[in-house]
Amino acid sequence: MPILTSLLAGLVFGIGLILSGMADPAKVLGFLDLAGRWDPSLALVMAGAVGIGLLGFAIARRRTASFLGLPMRLPKTRDIDGRLVGGSLLFGIGWGLAGFCPGPALVALGMGQVKAAIFVGAMLAGMGVFELLERRAASSAARA
Amino acid sequence: MSVDWNAFTPTAALAGGVLIGSAAAVFALFNGRIAGISGVLGGLLRPVMGDLGWRVAFVLGLVAAPLAYAVFASVPAPRIDAGWGQLVIAGLLVGIGTRYGSGCTSGHGVCGLSRLSLRSLVATATFMGAGFATVFVVRHLIGA
Repeated sequence: MPILTSLLAGLVFGIGLILSGMADPAKVLGFLDLAGRWDPSLALVMAGAVGIGLLGFAIARRRTASFLGLPMRLPKTRDIDGRLVGGSLLFGIGWGLAGFCPGPALVALGMGQVKAAIFVGAMLAGMGVFELLERRAASSAARA
Repeated sequence: MSVDWNAFTPTAALAGGVLIGSAAAVFALFNGRIAGISGVLGGLLRPVMGDLGWRVAFVLGLVAAPLAYAVFASVPAPRIDAGWGQLVIAGLLVGIGTRYGSGCTSGHGVCGLSRLSLRSLVATATFMGAGFATVFVVRHLIGA
């Protein structure tokens, strides 16, 4: 059952990305181009998403188990540190270079876009680099 | 700044955003988890038994979204202007950055803001700011 709701959530999320135009990098870059001819659409996508999200998470926050009886694994981290800001900076630069963030890239991959496949491959490689660096940091911390 | 009223699609943006928010809410309420695409993907690179199925299902849902969308309407083709080299650099930055920053547009943007998390607000402001700055440099300073 959790697999089915997960599949459904991914599907609806992806359909929302297509409908909103956010699976199209040109439209995303139109929002990020404040100094050019600006397309405010992305702001309304966020408004719609957060509007419903506020309601959903207000209910989720009060629960100790999900509707399916699974443990609630919502983040407890509150740290605002160099990792958060530095990582978000790198992500924002990459986002601005191509107009893709992870979700829309996967949806565009499903449209059979070769360029989306290149981006997704590089993104997975970047995530792999993170895993290697984290493992190295953990093992050197264990030696120290 | 001048608004591109021809590119602005408020109704589709808001409706798509509502779908995205609904998917995130359903996922939190039923699976007890954050619908953060970079986190879902990143977890696949750090395989833990019993933790893979829902991740694969969510990603499959996203990739299959264009197929489902095509049942109702024709899928608009994305425009990807970035060249191959740019896509590889962007993908690497998005991969590394989202993992160090613990989230992307979905995890910090949609879910984090819905949870009223200050940490996610800082992350979202950072990657949006970096995105604005990058597009400004690429389009208006370099003129590529």
